[in-house]
Amino acid sequence: MARPKALVLRAAGTNCDRETQYALRQAGFEAERIHVLRVVENPGMLGAFAFLVIPGGFSYGDDVAAGKILANQMVGHLGEALNEFVAAGKLVLGICNGFQVMIKSGLLPQARVSEGEANHQATLTWNDSGKFEDRWVHLRCQSNKCVFLPAGEIIALPVAHGEGKFVPRDQDVSRRLRDSDQVAVRYVDAQGQPGGYPVNPNGSVDDIAGICDPSGRVLGLMPHPERFVEITQHPQWTRGGTKRADGRLFFQRAFEYLIG
Amino acid sequence: MHLKAGVMDPVAASAEKAIEDMGIAVAAVRTARRYELAGEVGDEHRGTITRKLLANPVIEDIHFRSYTPPEALERTYDLEVVEVPIGDLDAAALEKLAKDGALFLNLTEMQAIQNHFRRAGREPRDVELEMIAQTWSEHCVHKTFRSDVSVRNNAGEVVEKIPNLIKNTIFAATKELAKPWCISVFEDNAGVIEFDDTHAVCFKVETHNHPSAIEPYGGAATGIGGVVRDPIGTGLGAAPVANTDVFCFARPDMPLEEVPKGVLHPRRVMRGVVGGVRDYGNRMGIPTVNGAVYFDQKYLGNPLVYCGTVGLLPRDKCFKNLGGGDAIICVGGRTGRDGIHGATFSSGELTHVHETEFSHAVQIGNAITEKKMLDTIMQARDQGLYSAITDCGAAGLSSAVGEMAEHLGAEVHLDRVPLKYAGLTYCEIWISEAQERMVLAVPQKNVERILKVFADEDVEATVIGHFGTGDKALRLFYRDRLVGELDMDFLHNGLPRPTKDAVYEKADRPSPRPAARDRYDQTLLKILASPNVASKEWIIRQYDHEVQGGSVIKPLVGITQDAPGDAAVLRPVLESPKALVISCGMNPKLGDLDPYQSALHAVDEALRNLVAVGGNLGHTALLDNFCWGNCNKPDRMGALVQSAKACYEAAMAYETPFISGKDSLNNEFQTEGGETIAIPPTLLISAISVIDDASKCITADAKEVGNRLFVMGTTGECLGGSHYLLVEDQTTGNDVPPVDPVANRKVMAALQEAIAAGTVRACHDLSEGGLAVAVAEMAFGGGLGVALDTAAMPAAPGIGEQALLLAEYAGRFLVEVADDKYDAFLRIVADLPVGEVGCVTDTRSIRIKGKSGVLIDLPIAEAKAAWQKTFDW
Repeated sequence: MARPKALVLRAAGTNCDRETQYALRQAGFEAERIHVLRVVENPGMLGAFAFLVIPGGFSYGDDVAAGKILANQMVGHLGEALNEFVAAGKLVLGICNGFQVMIKSGLLPQARVSEGEANHQATLTWNDSGKFEDRWVHLRCQSNKCVFLPAGEIIALPVAHGEGKFVPRDQDVSRRLRDSDQVAVRYVDAQGQPGGYPVNPNGSVDDIAGICDPSGRVLGLMPHPERFVEITQHPQWTRGGTKRADGRLFFQRAFEYLIG
Repeated sequence: MHLKAGVMDPVAASAEKAIEDMGIAVAAVRTARRYELAGEVGDEHRGTITRKLLANPVIEDIHFRSYTPPEALERTYDLEVVEVPIGDLDAAALEKLAKDGALFLNLTEMQAIQNHFRRAGREPRDVELEMIAQTWSEHCVHKTFRSDVSVRNNAGEVVEKIPNLIKNTIFAATKELAKPWCISVFEDNAGVIEFDDTHAVCFKVETHNHPSAIEPYGGAATGIGGVVRDPIGTGLGAAPVANTDVFCFARPDMPLEEVPKGVLHPRRVMRGVVGGVRDYGNRMGIPTVNGAVYFDQKYLGNPLVYCGTVGLLPRDKCFKNLGGGDAIICVGGRTGRDGIHGATFSSGELTHVHETEFSHAVQIGNAITEKKMLDTIMQARDQGLYSAITDCGAAGLSSAVGEMAEHLGAEVHLDRVPLKYAGLTYCEIWISEAQERMVLAVPQKNVERILKVFADEDVEATVIGHFGTGDKALRLFYRDRLVGELDMDFLHNGLPRPTKDAVYEKADRPSPRPAARDRYDQTLLKILASPNVASKEWIIRQYDHEVQGGSVIKPLVGITQDAPGDAAVLRPVLESPKALVISCGMNPKLGDLDPYQSALHAVDEALRNLVAVGGNLGHTALLDNFCWGNCNKPDRMGALVQSAKACYEAAMAYETPFISGKDSLNNEFQTEGGETIAIPPTLLISAISVIDDASKCITADAKEVGNRLFVMGTTGECLGGSHYLLVEDQTTGNDVPPVDPVANRKVMAALQEAIAAGTVRACHDLSEGGLAVAVAEMAFGGGLGVALDTAAMPAAPGIGEQALLLAEYAGRFLVEVADDKYDAFLRIVADLPVGEVGCVTDTRSIRIKGKSGVLIDLPIAEAKAAWQKTFDW
């Protein structure tokens, strides 16, 4: 059987595309980095891929708001193609800036790119600390339906962002996300308990670090799984306790899901 | 706060794009920031708050009411070729012309230009004069370092003559060491060494001091932006894989009233500089992995901003291959009036009027423009579409094309250069320092293909001429009219060989020896809180140090990831275990006392840091970056000679060649009252090493209770320049600890072997604050506890307790060894100055005793809090 194909979407200012491609290949994917302008020219090309990854970076400099301009581009030119992609049962993962793009295009939480959905239910805004921060966090894999996650486990990943504070529009949205098991990952401490800064590095409501769509096949999160696919990427690997590169799981599980 | 007309506004550019995406036509976008001040704020306070805190009047206008910016002025430009008559000028008039025209050339140089044009039988045009001034500027040609130096003693007698200072010191060491893994040294935009069979790495460190003094955010951002273009412009183009940054500031806690006119408050400078490096480096997706910050009041008028970039390039693309007839393509950002005169400006002294007079020398960067340019250039490189590449840095097209055209000549049509706005003169187009531009030489057969590569990702690229003229001259045209013509031989070889006078006499200051104390707990707390030593986590966390996925040893280490690491380790090729180790060393405190020893200390520190994590001395290269005062003053020049000679000695002794370097001279500031503040002689040494297996690296945090601690390297009695004297006596002393590079190399080589053999669990170098600080920092990372005895340190008999505890001798390490490796470790370090001083404990305290009893006994938490609170911003 042919290896499933993954598309790593690039745009002006994307900067985590190479390591994301590496992580995908390591998990068994055939992975290509493709510029958004090529996809806009020929949205039909998405048909050849089973997995779309929107990687981290500063698309269009994060000008206006993080992820906003690329999201705008997707709403304007790729809405139909992306909605078909999701409806076909394929996978989508947005990491950091990719998550911001997904929220601001409507791809999350409702798996539907449209002007109406964009920014409607939630947003990602400035960290409470007011600045960009790079640090490692612990996450509880919360959702049972999210195909990328080992449900119930505590994992470690780095965050590196300035605008990662997840804010749902209101209580209703929060409740719906919880009730439909769409809260994918939460910031916790090493023991799995919630905590203030820096356990929750940005002040996200309900410690939400990432959410998925109602099907569990579309995931966006602020932490970077592609930055923890080798033991030596962990900040404490020299102490000898690092047994597993947690970020690998995301790509391995996506691969396993797709090859059935 | 509205950006002044002509200042780059990246957000507006992105917004225009987004609006177009929505199918809406828009003429122009401008952005501004609005602040609302709550409470009772008088006019005077309002002015102070806005001018000093919120806006930078150099690039922004402040409006207190609703304000609509005027429509962009459509200026037209009617060509007018300007001649500058110099043929009949006398010496005084030539000097006046140099000064009024901000050419920063001396009389001999002006006369050389005068003679050249007399011979040519015409007067120079403005653009020719500007191009010569830029090509001959200190910034571009390093004439001080290439000068013939006469060293005099205090009686005025010449005691030594050194022809071409750099050739006979720093270059000489590289040549004599003749390392086979050096690929290209001191030739290209960065030094290039081997990485593996298919890749090479290059490294360049630059300074961007003067612009950062005036507009810290923009100055530092364009500093990073500029140095990132150096690797991209090295060989046939390297992909940036890591950034480094080192800053020098005055104390950020100094009272505002004491800040002289024309100078920004150091806290504001520091915040701006860190922000600029952060926003540009993070947006470029280059991890900022290593750096340092030093504080000294002499940096008040001249803060220093060093930015470095490491790049990765294919082994078969390390050299340019420019051909006659190749098209000149300008790629990236558009050209505007920004940064005019940057090269010459950076070569002069700052005064209190510079803040306004030279503000047009400040550029604002747009990282995304550079990122797009990088992405597409790498594609063009891999398709083999161009034959040479260089960056537009200081003096823009003038220096980029001028350099590339040295042997072939070129023809350039300036009216074809894409502009940000109309109205630029041909001269402004040629010397503009607008950011994010590079120049490529492209064989004619590839022009169409390469233009498509750029167009495909929305990057502007324009053919502006071609290389190769029959007579090897450079000719500039504007709408087909000749506006400039220069003989490449005169431009590149016509600079009169500079000569400099130097005098050096070692300072004669007292060497105080503070009275011995019973306990040094308070001393340690004070040193830990002092700004040079205190935790820089506030800065480090704002930088993305993990992007690109190659991170192995991060800048912060230990169980809570907040203890200092010695050096950065990263794997630039994700599929390979091979790694780069990157470190730095600098000691401006010693620069004033003894520039020779200071340079040895800087080299030793860079190498110590590198070896401490598992670096390979046998495959390690060095970079030198000198920031000095005005070297027309013989004492400054004397210190420079001392430092350059020490670089030679150190490179030879440690067997580590220099591969690249840069200098920034004239870092002096004249206050309104006429007082001159010169920076201390400040030499930054950066080191880069290639290792085979990243998984053999170690970190500085103490690992396991019961493990033994050793000190490697010898301690003596000298305390000069130590942080101990600084915090307890507010003095510097004079007795700089002498460095023995030959002995230190032996210690480093043994340590390297011990780490490679897996016998070392943790290692930290001893530097600022000596043993006491090293022990504390190792304890911060482990969170366990350490107990040791200074009496077991390797030292001559009779060395005092305070020196053992706090002296800052080079060549020393604190090493943790597990019981099962104890014998193996001792076998490797046999016959070297190594002492078993103690062990890792579970007491959560730092406990150091000496012959006289307990010297320090502090809870880790208390010491760490002192270390962290200084920059808890």
